[in-house]
Amino acid sequence: MSEVATDLKLWTRAEMAQLIAADIPEGAVVNIGIGMPELVADYLPRDKEILLQSENGLIGMGPKPGANEIDWDLINAGKQPVTLLEGGAIFDHTLSFTMMRGGHLDIAILGAFQVAENGDLANWATNDPNAIPAVGGAMDLAVGAKNVFVMMEMLTKKGESKLVERCTYPLTGLGCVSRVYTDHAVLDVVDGGFTVARLAPGLSLDELRQRTGLSIRARA
Amino acid sequence: MIDKTRPDTQSCVADIADGATILVGGFGGAGMPHELIDALIERAPRDLTIVSNNAGNGTKGLAALLAAGLVRKVVCSFPRQADSHVFDGLYRSGQLELELVPQGNLVERLRAGGAGIGAFFTPTGYGTPIADGKETRVIDGRGYVLEYPIKGDFALIKARQADRWGNLVYRKTARNFGPVMATAAKMTVAQVEEIVPLGSLDPEVIVTPGAFVDRVVAVGTGAAQ
Repeated sequence: MSEVATDLKLWTRAEMAQLIAADIPEGAVVNIGIGMPELVADYLPRDKEILLQSENGLIGMGPKPGANEIDWDLINAGKQPVTLLEGGAIFDHTLSFTMMRGGHLDIAILGAFQVAENGDLANWATNDPNAIPAVGGAMDLAVGAKNVFVMMEMLTKKGESKLVERCTYPLTGLGCVSRVYTDHAVLDVVDGGFTVARLAPGLSLDELRQRTGLSIRARA
Repeated sequence: MIDKTRPDTQSCVADIADGATILVGGFGGAGMPHELIDALIERAPRDLTIVSNNAGNGTKGLAALLAAGLVRKVVCSFPRQADSHVFDGLYRSGQLELELVPQGNLVERLRAGGAGIGAFFTPTGYGTPIADGKETRVIDGRGYVLEYPIKGDFALIKARQADRWGNLVYRKTARNFGPVMATAAKMTVAQVEEIVPLGSLDPEVIVTPGAFVDRVVAVGTGAAQ
């Protein structure tokens, strides 16, 4: 058992979402994946104009509707009702995936089962033979967005690292991840390895290396 | 005189035969042509192949079609949902074949089907199990997978308004797969909220020109859910 600093304070999901939101520049076109990344929308700075795109054909997505404003013809990728900002647009699936696959998104924020040192992403299937496979738009975002950010807890419930040398789960995309936001640290994928951008309060680089089993580089 | 309007949903699906491939619009409930699916269940052709983004949720729409035992194969991107228990049960018991297609590849294969493209190279899925057994190529240093078109015998879609020429406008994100599926089937059927007089749809905002549409039927405003 490794020594853990008593003042170690891992980031909560809300804090991870805040870290991501703060890194999104004004004017960015962003696709937020379903699941944990949806939290990021709650922390986008109000003073910046950021365009949220959804795979089912809209850009300029606004906050959740009030109870009286729900329109089931206006939904997001998670099939939940949303609103449209002034200036927002609606389009069909062909144009939506042209936007996603053709390099027109600045950032895609995805959940993951595993991210490897070489930037490989596994986020659509485990090796559980009883699971129903579903891929949706994840593979398109992985190859198409200029930057792929992953948001996930660093360890599984069993304590295994989801940051890995090579993915053991079926891949979503090769070498596509640029940055990983976890509850332990924010890491960049650089030249086939992870470089720390930020550590959670009280966490040492040595402890991070121990928990992942990876030779993570210090911030340059 | 061109008149693509039909009096009821039954006459829109009366010639769908056993073994047909049917493109079904919608993303979740938005754009799902529920009334046409109900008519299809009544007509009850068997061994159908259904191409749709999802594989049904709850007990209505596609889920009801699956539950009726009329479907042999589903081609979709995201079958697993919180309430996709009908699909889940049939799939796990081996009664339903699944072809899982990344959503962008599904769209592009439909687009190719509608646009007369023989096949195309896509980066989506390269290096993943989706590419297993498929032809690949490296172009300008990037890996691509060869994918083939999808064409339907029928497309069943939902729009907001139509005129008798079959011109369509949609409502919000219920547009989704409607326009591309309309191009990719031998027979495209659109259910709409209302049929409006020819000339009343602004040509600048018609999304699907009537040349892609064969039959339209008004079903009123049902709940999208």
